[in-house]
Amino acid sequence: MIKVTGLVKRFGGTAVLDGIDLAIEQGEIIVVIGPSGTGKSTLLRCLNFLERPDAGRLIIGDLDVDVTRASRADILTARRRTAFVFQNYALFANKTALQNIAEGLIVVNRWPKEKAHARAREILERIGLADKADAYPASLSGGQQQRVGIGRAMAAQAEVILFDEPTSSLDPEWVEEVLGLMKQLARERQTMLVVTHEMSFARDVADRVIFMEGGRIVEQGPPDQLFGSPQDPRTRDFLHKVLATQVAIDTPT
Amino acid sequence: MQVLDLDYMLGLVPILLRYLPLTLQMAAVGMALALVLACGLAVIRVLRIPGLNAATLLFISFFRGTPLLVQLFLFYYGLPQLMAFLTQINGITATIMGLTLHFSAYMAESIRAAIVGVDRSQTEAALSIGMTNGQLMRRIVLPQATRVAVPTLMNYFIDMIKATSLAFTLGVTELMGATQKEAAGSFLYFEAFITVAIFYWVIVELLAWFQRRLETRLNEAYRR
Ligand SMILES: Nc1ncnc2c1ncn2[C@@H]1O[C@H](COP(=O)(O)OP(=O)(O)OP(=O)(O)O)[C@@H](O)[C@H]1O
Ligand SMILES: [Mg+2]
Repeated sequence: MIKVTGLVKRFGGTAVLDGIDLAIEQGEIIVVIGPSGTGKSTLLRCLNFLERPDAGRLIIGDLDVDVTRASRADILTARRRTAFVFQNYALFANKTALQNIAEGLIVVNRWPKEKAHARAREILERIGLADKADAYPASLSGGQQQRVGIGRAMAAQAEVILFDEPTSSLDPEWVEEVLGLMKQLARERQTMLVVTHEMSFARDVADRVIFMEGGRIVEQGPPDQLFGSPQDPRTRDFLHKVLATQVAIDTPT
Repeated sequence: MQVLDLDYMLGLVPILLRYLPLTLQMAAVGMALALVLACGLAVIRVLRIPGLNAATLLFISFFRGTPLLVQLFLFYYGLPQLMAFLTQINGITATIMGLTLHFSAYMAESIRAAIVGVDRSQTEAALSIGMTNGQLMRRIVLPQATRVAVPTLMNYFIDMIKATSLAFTLGVTELMGATQKEAAGSFLYFEAFITVAIFYWVIVELLAWFQRRLETRLNEAYRR
């Protein structure tokens, strides 16, 4: 289980995260939505200590720290228990697809190379890229690169995979294959916290949808409830705008 | 007018070949030391280590801002006056010292630029899976920075090989010094110096060929 309470992050004087409380059950799939600049990425980055939060308490398994007092070892532990999928893939350009996935196992978990490569091959199989094991990122399509990015996160065997707009950089033709892989992970009950503008993904896959604005969680609930009968006017307003551009949210896919 | 004395030139080749090892040794040792020093200076600059950063900037500024020949004279003639134990400094040592310090100043800047140039998002990705800063450097940043820095560093190595010829001004009989002596004996200046020019040229071309092969290998990961 993962739990944050009172999470605050300031840039300059402004609180980009203004007291976030969030608990994620094992196997839960949570989608975070909200307007641009609301702190969604910052929330994910704070959970992974890519940003150092200014206040709050973080519990991941047996790790329980006041974020402002987290030691180097605490930070490494938190990072090993939270895997990150980046909007721009962020694959290691000097490593093949296989090596990208195996890298963390070899360097961080100190697995022998053969064992790590064997695991990486299993993962390549699962993400449908077994034939691309020796391809470098530059030679892969955007969709393939992001699937490797997800494969790298899968290899970490983290408590949760954090997805920050995993399909936003993709050409439209590649979006479905990445969402398809994420749905497959969801069926396997991989715990996921997903920031996305793909409302149909949220409705089909999420156990819980969180609407954020101004650095706070405004409203949350199961997708039927949040999309069907949003309570807060800000949620209604946001959904109204988004759904105007993303049609067919209510037509089954 | 007499044409080139080819026989003389051919006869010069085996003589000059005897001095080639010294030239190459000075360049190789100078390059190895300069690389180590430059990496240290680059890391100081990248991490902006307080105090050392300012000293590094001054060092780089001085060694890039003054002629190599002046630096060599400074080490060979000047230092022994300051430090008595250096009275025995020989021309070869002074040359290697000068080449090392001079070229490390240039190389530090290109290594720094290569490190800084590695895509920041890859750094975050490496940290996000729990790598330490050291692992991040060794596994992700330095291999990619190497690829960017190698062409420039090879060019500095080529420059350094040619710069070893300045050692003759410190009385070292290397490739250039030997040529000078031969020419003074035979008065065939043109033949002597064109021969040594071809020596340097061939060495540099061999290196350039090696450089192209190395770059092809390093770029393997980036072909689409
Ligand atoms: N490193 C930083 N330094 C200063 N300000 C930052 C930094 N990172 C984010 N911000 C600011 O924090 C606010 C929240 O940013 P964040 O990226 O978390 O928003 P977001 O909800 O992910 O938005 P988007 O949907 O556009 O990705 C923005 O106003 C942004 O400009
Ligand atoms: Mg964002």
